[in-house]
Amino acid sequence: MYQYDKHDQAMIDQRVAQYRDQTRRFLAGELTEEQFRPLRLMNGLYVQIHAPMLRMAVPYGLMSSTQVRKIADVSRKYDKGYVHFTTRTNFQLNWPALESVPDILAEFASVQMHAIQSSGNCIRNTTADQFAGVNAGELEDPRPYCEIIRQWSTFHPEFAYLPRKFKIAVIGSEEDRAATRVHDIGLHLVKNHEGEVGFEVLVGGGLGRTPILGQQIRPFLEKKDLLSYLEAILRVYNRLGRRDNKYKARIKITVREHGINHIRELVEAEWVQIREQLTLDDKEIDRVKGYFTEPAYEAAAESDTSYEQKLASDADFARWVKQNVVDHKVPGYKIAYVSLKAPDVAPGDISAQQLDTVADLADEFSLGEVRSAHNQNLLLSDVKQGDLFTLWTRLQAEGLATPNINTMTDMICCPGLDFCGLANATSIPLAKEINERFNDLDYLYDLGDIKIKMSGCMNGCAHQSVGHIGILGVDKKGEEWYQFTLGGSSEADAALGERLGRAIPKDQVVDTVETLLEVFKEQRHEDELFLTTVRRVGVEPFKERVYADN
Amino acid sequence: MQIIKDREIVEDNWLHLDDDAELVAGNITVSLARWQEQHESLEKHDGALGLRLTGEDPLEEIVPDLGKFSLIVLFFPAFTDGRCYSFARLLRDRYDYKGEIRAQGDVLHDQLFYMTQCGINSFEMANANRLVDAMPAFDDFSESYQTTVLKPEPLYRRR
Repeated sequence: MYQYDKHDQAMIDQRVAQYRDQTRRFLAGELTEEQFRPLRLMNGLYVQIHAPMLRMAVPYGLMSSTQVRKIADVSRKYDKGYVHFTTRTNFQLNWPALESVPDILAEFASVQMHAIQSSGNCIRNTTADQFAGVNAGELEDPRPYCEIIRQWSTFHPEFAYLPRKFKIAVIGSEEDRAATRVHDIGLHLVKNHEGEVGFEVLVGGGLGRTPILGQQIRPFLEKKDLLSYLEAILRVYNRLGRRDNKYKARIKITVREHGINHIRELVEAEWVQIREQLTLDDKEIDRVKGYFTEPAYEAAAESDTSYEQKLASDADFARWVKQNVVDHKVPGYKIAYVSLKAPDVAPGDISAQQLDTVADLADEFSLGEVRSAHNQNLLLSDVKQGDLFTLWTRLQAEGLATPNINTMTDMICCPGLDFCGLANATSIPLAKEINERFNDLDYLYDLGDIKIKMSGCMNGCAHQSVGHIGILGVDKKGEEWYQFTLGGSSEADAALGERLGRAIPKDQVVDTVETLLEVFKEQRHEDELFLTTVRRVGVEPFKERVYADN
Repeated sequence: MQIIKDREIVEDNWLHLDDDAELVAGNITVSLARWQEQHESLEKHDGALGLRLTGEDPLEEIVPDLGKFSLIVLFFPAFTDGRCYSFARLLRDRYDYKGEIRAQGDVLHDQLFYMTQCGINSFEMANANRLVDAMPAFDDFSESYQTTVLKPEPLYRRR
């Protein structure tokens, strides 16, 4: 993974010093709450219902075991001994004291971690496919480009005060595990007719209260033009994006209001002017790629036979492998999910002790690296098949082996009304209820892949509009109601879910989920996926049943 | 009034003329609207001329006139309004403007580093009483990753 040199380290150390002074001035009354707000936000610090919340960046979801241990340490020392992983592959401390944040940032800076631009109206953490570098279908590893974008976007002096937040995702394979179509900019590594690898560029996607899918602005961009093209898009957006209404300030609205063709003309006109000056050197691409080279995989890994034996003899292990283990591009190696969706835990939460275990397991079995994924789980990307059984027993002992990845209980869920100052409705307690109701694993496996995404308000942090089943909390005269959508997806077949009907009261949400599943089972052809069935039959049969009593 | 200019605290020797105020001799700045209406008389003005722009103004339209101004004032109605950062960069990088570029409005300590990187070289601070406190902010960071007005080569070429 990328290692800081003296320049990178100096920058994050200076950031800590700068933020320490900003905090001091705020506490001394030299900065008003209003003046301090965007400063703390650009360091990931929100003030929530119970306490501040600090969001730390995990660039493209990659962490070393040393960093994971530091997260555990900090959560014990400055918080309540757990952290929460987000859909942007970052993590959050839910209870830090405002005055301790400079010390927390200094601790993280000592292991090359930061909270820079993890909030605020600026360029946020760039995300990638969680299987980057280890999946067979990949054209090229997207992470070097994510790192190049991370550096370009970090403290970009021109784009620190954009109309609204700005998110970029990069993928290198056709399957889209990074939800690129719902990003402000989505970059797909593709090959052109001449066989050169470059980027297809999408712009104007986004979720929140007006979900819109991104559109292609350029079918092919040469790698050397990556930064100039991004800079051109950002400059056009910085000047043109609306600043009169924060709900209309994202680039998705700029693109919708002006049309993709007009935006393309503006961007290309800007781009030709800066293209030469901002050419990305091959040498720099190679330098960064040098940090993401393939490790020395052991050819002998494939000859292990214990794995097959254990699969045959231990049904629980086999079930975990079927659900939580993914094929690696190198035979004999596997990608193993660490499920953060145990039934009794808020989705994405992990304790300090569990973090320490994951760090140990990464050192022992997976080249010392841990990844966080868009679906709020962790993963170990390079595990020899012969080690999987031991890994599984150790994960199980820590409650990290719930065999539910991609099933209905692998829910994406925002913190909701219990933690978040913006939310209208609770989400975590409902996720728990759903977990309790559908705790029969055979039933879950029979249903197949179902992505439930549940947000406590219109801001849509859990991306409910692209959930196979989307559940959105709304406030109706002080009561919590829930709006359902069906048939959304954030993957290569991206689509926004269709509204089921009027909102449903809180005490009927879990029953409604059950009704939807009953209809699915009746309508389903053989092993058809939920999403396929919904797309084939439409929402009508679901709607009829859910609202049948009224 | 005191301002920060080229990293020093100095007396301001410019007068920002309201649109309906009478013309006076000396260094004056005018709004874009006044310049467009009265450019013929203003060009004969006895003293240096400056132009005040906001993020709403059509920057490209005044490019042919840039040589007539010793000062361009960029107005930040709120420090969260970042449009004029792009204006400053364009003035320096694309239109080769060599005169003074000044930030005015909600200009705070914490934006000085970014503004400087974009080519702004003078500052009417929102809090003119704390100019000394603001001076260290110019050195918040010793490096920038990007190509900026101050450092036309990206950091990776210096590694």
